[in-house]
Amino acid sequence: MMDRSEWAVEARGLVKVFGDHRAVDGVDLNVRAGTIYGVLGPNGAGKTTTIRMLATLLRPDGGSARIFGHDVTKESQIVRQLIGVTGQYASVDESLSAMENLIIFSRLLGLSRSEAKRKAESLLEEFSLTEAAKRPLKNFSGGMRRRLDLAASLIAQPPLIFLDEPTTGLDPRTRAQMWETIQRLVKTGSTVLLTTQYLDEADQLADRIAVIDHGRVVAEGTVDELKGSVGTSSLHLSVQHPGQIESARQMVERVLNVLPSVAYDSGKITAPMANADGVTDLLIALREAGIPLAEMSVQKPTLDEVFLTITGSAASKQSDSPPQQQTKKAEVANV
Amino acid sequence: MSQTTMNTKAHRGLKNRTGFLQSVRHSLTMAYRGLLKLRRTPEQLFDVTLQPIIFTLMFTYIFGGAISGDVQSYLPVIIPGILVQTVITTSIVTGVQLREDMDKGVFDRFKSLPIARIAPLAGALLADTVRYTIATVLTFAMGYVMGYRPEGGLAYVALAAVIVIFCSWAISWIFAFFGVIARTASSVQGISMIVLFPLTFLSNAFVPVETMPNWLQWFVNINPISHLVTAVRDMTNSGTVGWDLAISLIGAAVIVAVFAPITVRAYMRRT
Repeated sequence: MMDRSEWAVEARGLVKVFGDHRAVDGVDLNVRAGTIYGVLGPNGAGKTTTIRMLATLLRPDGGSARIFGHDVTKESQIVRQLIGVTGQYASVDESLSAMENLIIFSRLLGLSRSEAKRKAESLLEEFSLTEAAKRPLKNFSGGMRRRLDLAASLIAQPPLIFLDEPTTGLDPRTRAQMWETIQRLVKTGSTVLLTTQYLDEADQLADRIAVIDHGRVVAEGTVDELKGSVGTSSLHLSVQHPGQIESARQMVERVLNVLPSVAYDSGKITAPMANADGVTDLLIALREAGIPLAEMSVQKPTLDEVFLTITGSAASKQSDSPPQQQTKKAEVANV
Repeated sequence: MSQTTMNTKAHRGLKNRTGFLQSVRHSLTMAYRGLLKLRRTPEQLFDVTLQPIIFTLMFTYIFGGAISGDVQSYLPVIIPGILVQTVITTSIVTGVQLREDMDKGVFDRFKSLPIARIAPLAGALLADTVRYTIATVLTFAMGYVMGYRPEGGLAYVALAAVIVIFCSWAISWIFAFFGVIARTASSVQGISMIVLFPLTFLSNAFVPVETMPNWLQWFVNINPISHLVTAVRDMTNSGTVGWDLAISLIGAAVIVAVFAPITVRAYMRRT
């Protein structure tokens, strides 16, 4: 079916310069067909510019990109037949109704009048927009507009769909609906490349993630790999008697040989856990010392920590402060 | 979202070029979009409805006595002149609206669709011929109300109308080009007026050429607008077609041949 290439997207050293600002500064991306790929980064990191270059909306100033093996600059018209784009700002016609929008896009994609009408109706149904089909878009809510936008990208059932911040500005319920729709898309064989600023979104949806900052890919991998790369899980302990918290802290420090952080008001001790086996020794030692625990949990690093660590250290390289400190800041911020 | 459609799609040969017939089809669909927009926002038609009525009344009664002795004998001179001036001025709005339209998100989608690059532009320009038609019909209607009875007969009036609409469509490519390269809609309006104002007034549209100084006559006589006005007068007033019509049509064709490609190129380069 999509045997042209097992790679939906192959980008090598993409560069885009606006004036003297290098918005995208050598981005490499490889997206396997049939997966969801997340591009994560803060505002202004170059996510949208990267997507616009891959979607033939912007001409790269350097590097190359292929979509299912077709070059985005030399074979742009072929690439356009393989992609659907849902932009950050709804790319639908404000002055027309939802139905009219979908019919026009369908007609442009080569459907006959009756096919276009049927397609528009079924998409409106699928995205629960049927009731609003004839209303002008001016009265649409943000969520409805996004849904219509996504529906418009799916008319030709393109094998690759670009979603630029698909849930920015949506309420939590609409967001969850959007996630469901995206997951359903991939089940039907599509590949999705989405950008997001939300870590939980990438965590929920993406098979692989690239973190972009200052126009460069600063980290790439599966969600677990990325979490693993910022190091260790952390151990959270709270003691039953707040008076024992200081001795518990000393014990953690001695047995695990690490520097725990303590929140005295909640009686919580947090320590990095490099070696899971060491926890056994700690628990035995605590029991022997007669310090009963109220709660114990192990937390893997969240993507937030990953994000702050990676983008934080990239920023610190520029300001020449030691990256170690940044990591700590990220941990403290999370405690 | 059925698998079958996806299969047929993958097996269909993917071409990197859009054929001519496809381009025409895409442009027509885009023109349909333009018409839907017009229907949704009828206030866009204010200029093409009011301008013919006001200008025809104004110019006829101001200049009629001075130039032709009385209003009745001025009508065969001024109606073709005001027709060309009004309809061509209307085509500026095409460029302005194109600029406004292009700033909207929907143009991103048009760019990402596998459609002929010329379609969004050609479609918008094509839809605007509706505006020119309204202006043309209203100008002739105003003339009729004021007592203008074209000697050439209805068929030649209709032909003249089609010629004027076609030439305005051709000229609108110039303003479309300004629309694509300009940064704001109001600057499109500004540049276009500076180009068009001298062109329409330094012509034979309102005043006989013989009354002008020699150096100005030279310009007025080569001004394509003058040729179009003369061609329309020939058709409506005497039912004849001549060299002026040929020059107008050739001029229109040249404008399209030059400005359509550079406009599309500018549109594709613009991000």
